[in-house]
Amino acid sequence: METLERIIADHPFFSGLESYYTNLLVGCATNVRFPADTYIFKEGQEANEFYLIRTGKVALEVFRPQRQPVMVSTLAEGDILGWSWLIPPYQRKFYAHALEDTRAIALDGKCLRTKCEQNHDLGYELLKRFSQIMAQHLEGTLFQVLDVYGGK
Amino acid sequence: MSVATVNDPMVPQPYLVRQVTKETPDTFTLTLEPEGRADGNHFQPGQFSMLWVFGAGELPISISGDPSKDGRLTYTVRSVGEATHALVSRTAGDAIGVRGPFGKGWPIGAARGRDVVVVAGGIGLAPLRPVIYEVLRNRQHYGRLVVLYGARSPRELLYRKELAVWARQPDTQVLVTVDYGGLGWHGHVGVVTTLFKYARLQGARSVAMVCGPEIMMRFVTRELEAHGLARHDIYLSMERNMKCAVGFCGHCQYGPHFICRDGPVFGYEEMRPLLEKYEL
Repeated sequence: METLERIIADHPFFSGLESYYTNLLVGCATNVRFPADTYIFKEGQEANEFYLIRTGKVALEVFRPQRQPVMVSTLAEGDILGWSWLIPPYQRKFYAHALEDTRAIALDGKCLRTKCEQNHDLGYELLKRFSQIMAQHLEGTLFQVLDVYGGK
Repeated sequence: MSVATVNDPMVPQPYLVRQVTKETPDTFTLTLEPEGRADGNHFQPGQFSMLWVFGAGELPISISGDPSKDGRLTYTVRSVGEATHALVSRTAGDAIGVRGPFGKGWPIGAARGRDVVVVAGGIGLAPLRPVIYEVLRNRQHYGRLVVLYGARSPRELLYRKELAVWARQPDTQVLVTVDYGGLGWHGHVGVVTTLFKYARLQGARSVAMVCGPEIMMRFVTRELEAHGLARHDIYLSMERNMKCAVGFCGHCQYGPHFICRDGPVFGYEEMRPLLEKYEL
């Protein structure tokens, strides 16, 4: 059976992370499963976790009053879901909708924030990784708003 | 006084529309056959023709059909203006003038023995479809085929049935994404560059062929380099306002190149300094 430690160490997001830090993370981690067509979190909720997606597919949706929600991004195996746990006021900005049965590792944000305050090296390792994800999303969003295929 | 002959690249040859297929709400595929003669219609994947719509004008359109199928020429056209609207409004039996094929195509020969990575955005899949046909027909001569395709929304995806068929071929990975999804869409959502993390590319053994809006190609080339592809293994299809198609008129000049004659397919190494030039 795969241990949580092994799963975390093998996840691309934590590639190259020393085992000392992986052990610290394991204390904040749990295995979770979301059936297809359920919501993992909703806009405005407190952001207490982030997820390492192991299998399945999750859509990030923006709710529009009296209209269908817009799906702005999908995440799948190897991706990270959620970074609001890291930035005050720790509140969700999107709806996360499991499109398929999804298995993930949930990492408790409060637990991690406490550990990061106590161990700044762990905090730096996490920030390095999250800033890369944020930069990728920012570039993706820039590309998206350019609407390059649209212009007539 | 000069006399025009049938081989004169400036003289359109008469073709008849055989079939018009609606691909998306504004994009159509036209199949043409030569009128009253049996031309070979040989073309290289990536080449284009000048299509003359009588009374409306002449348009440069990439050939999107199968290069092994002699006798017919296929074009996928997005209706964005008066002339393209006139072109896609043709029906079976209507006549169209065709000049070409013109230009330098994709490096199909140089890609033999390598993995082929096709990256397309929007209608950019049309000039790349002949490459996919060619690789799938000569499967043993190529490594993996990876097709990464992005469109604005699910209803703007081209060749949806074929994409599904290609995805089932051996040693072939087809990943499709849309910039904005709706509730009925269960595929990927995000720009085309977000597909790279799922593509399992082996950069050192891959040749990439990219076609789409220029901004998209700039984002994609960065991603290809980040995945280990050498600049000399990346090829782009460029687009400018082509008129004569043989390098005389200068309408399609891009830096020191004429897109119609020296391209439309260029090596990224050659294009990179120009792509980064402001307002060129």
